Amino acid sequence: MKKLALMLGQGALLGLVAMALLADPAFAQGTPAAKAPDLVFNKADDAWMMISSALVLMMTVPGLALFYGGMVRTKNMLSMITQVLAIQCIVCVVWFLWGYSMAFTEGSGVLSPFVGGFSKIFLHGVKIDSMVETFSLGVGLHELIYICFQMTFAAITTALAIGGFAERMKFSAIVLFAVLWSTIVYFPIAHSVWYWPGPSGIATNPDSAATGGFGWSMGALDFAGGTVVHINAGIAGFVGALVLGRRIGFGKEAMAPHSLTLTMVGASLLWVGWFGFNAGSNLEANQYAGLAMANTFVATAAAGLSWMFTEWLFKGKPSLLGLASGIVAGLVAVTPASGYGSPMGVLILGLVAGIVCFFFCTAVKSAFGYDDTLDVFGVHAIGGIIGAIGTGLVVNPDWGGAGIVDYTKCKIVDGVFTSNCDAAAYDMVGQVIIQAKNALMTVVWSGVGSLIVYMIIAVLVGLRVTEETEREGLDIVEHGERAYNM
Amino acid sequence: MKLVMAVIKPFKLDEVRQALTDVGIEGMTVTEVKGYGRQKGHTEIYRGAEYEVTFVPKLKIEVVVPTASVDKVVDAISTMAKTGQIGDGKIFVSSIEQSIRIRTGETDENAL
Repeated sequence: MKKLALMLGQGALLGLVAMALLADPAFAQGTPAAKAPDLVFNKADDAWMMISSALVLMMTVPGLALFYGGMVRTKNMLSMITQVLAIQCIVCVVWFLWGYSMAFTEGSGVLSPFVGGFSKIFLHGVKIDSMVETFSLGVGLHELIYICFQMTFAAITTALAIGGFAERMKFSAIVLFAVLWSTIVYFPIAHSVWYWPGPSGIATNPDSAATGGFGWSMGALDFAGGTVVHINAGIAGFVGALVLGRRIGFGKEAMAPHSLTLTMVGASLLWVGWFGFNAGSNLEANQYAGLAMANTFVATAAAGLSWMFTEWLFKGKPSLLGLASGIVAGLVAVTPASGYGSPMGVLILGLVAGIVCFFFCTAVKSAFGYDDTLDVFGVHAIGGIIGAIGTGLVVNPDWGGAGIVDYTKCKIVDGVFTSNCDAAAYDMVGQVIIQAKNALMTVVWSGVGSLIVYMIIAVLVGLRVTEETEREGLDIVEHGERAYNM
Repeated sequence: MKLVMAVIKPFKLDEVRQALTDVGIEGMTVTEVKGYGRQKGHTEIYRGAEYEVTFVPKLKIEVVVPTASVDKVVDAISTMAKTGQIGDGKIFVSSIEQSIRIRTGETDENAL
């Protein structure tokens, strides 16, 4: 353990030195053709990103809290919303302490493609004026805002996962889960898919691409987190559902949602907030944010309708829970594609997601008999996989997609790189394979990592509540409160 | 004195209450209950999980009346609670040994 820490420490130091050298064009490998533009921020971009951060916070609290809460039984409502709110707070603190550094700094040594370092632990080095680069050369976003925005993603992913084992996990286990899972599973995946040297970094030194995350450097496209958030949370919840086991009375006793009214309120807040999630992932307020917004409208609506009509056809009645679930499935599927696909392309993606997720949440779940209580697997894992692979298709410029930017081919004006860069060559089969590989990597990392987390928690405090607690309800036993005193 | 207990369809409450007032009954107790007889329940589906809901919501009206009034009370309830569809409910009559008005201490038929 000590040797590893020493290695990591030395590695981090080396990494810092290397970065300092790389940052100075004169020392880069092969002198670049031009200089990087100065980073300039725009008040509109800062404003948009601040709003987006608040929107994603709202997705978690109260959006997800009510969406999940309405679906559990009355006796567990308070525990559900408390767990979500607590996770939001815990992950927020953890993020500011070490999460941001682990996700969005350069790693060192052999671990570097998989996780960042500790150079920005406790936000060390982050000043009030610090900026990060967006996806356009020379366009800056104040780093503190970026930190907030990314934090909300870490928090909601962790909160999403707990839906798989709702109504039976100890609160103390949830608290540990928030700390351990975000650290061991989320931060590395976020690093792997989203950490890269930035447009100027690539333009001035194409070799710096090697410092990027594993998923990013293989060319995986994930605009707002189809893999990082949804497949990740979906698998974690699924593994948790299997590890904790079925609820008492599952399949025999009535466990109907206690308030679909609140579930609808939650789903609606999720939809509204998701514009921050997807369009905010553009990091600036421009046409691509607009594209993401348009996609987040149309794919979502299409998925809600395709689920609803499929259910109407196969089960006889269109349900509110079905419509709301379809909407969420569509939001999940469009997440990785939101800044890449065309509205028509993601509309089809939404239609597919609604239908496929419907069958996973009904037929497949019944066939295998697992108690994935709030369908984290059926909606987030499956929807995320559909979206991740679908992104490889809808990004196709011939289909109206945004295409992929080649930052090694940016135009130079007066010795400075501009944001006018060529499109990369698009190979449909190749891109879909990359998407599938990244999705698979996420499944494996999340599956194995989550299992390790559950095992640690099991040893420390135990995972599942006692049978009496489960029968009486978590609200009274774990929290000493009732959700409703009517 | 007799206790008249009637289980009726919930939307019939107002009509039954009015009919009882018309025959001189000035108080009653109403409880929300669930039950089934020949009226079957229904199926609910939540994301593919099907629930057979056997119990149907009903209202139970309890009123204690002088023995002489039982027939007109039962009649009033029967007439107003009836729809002709399965699930209209039932009326039960049993004996009451004592009754006391708490405020004044009046007993038996003076307490009704």
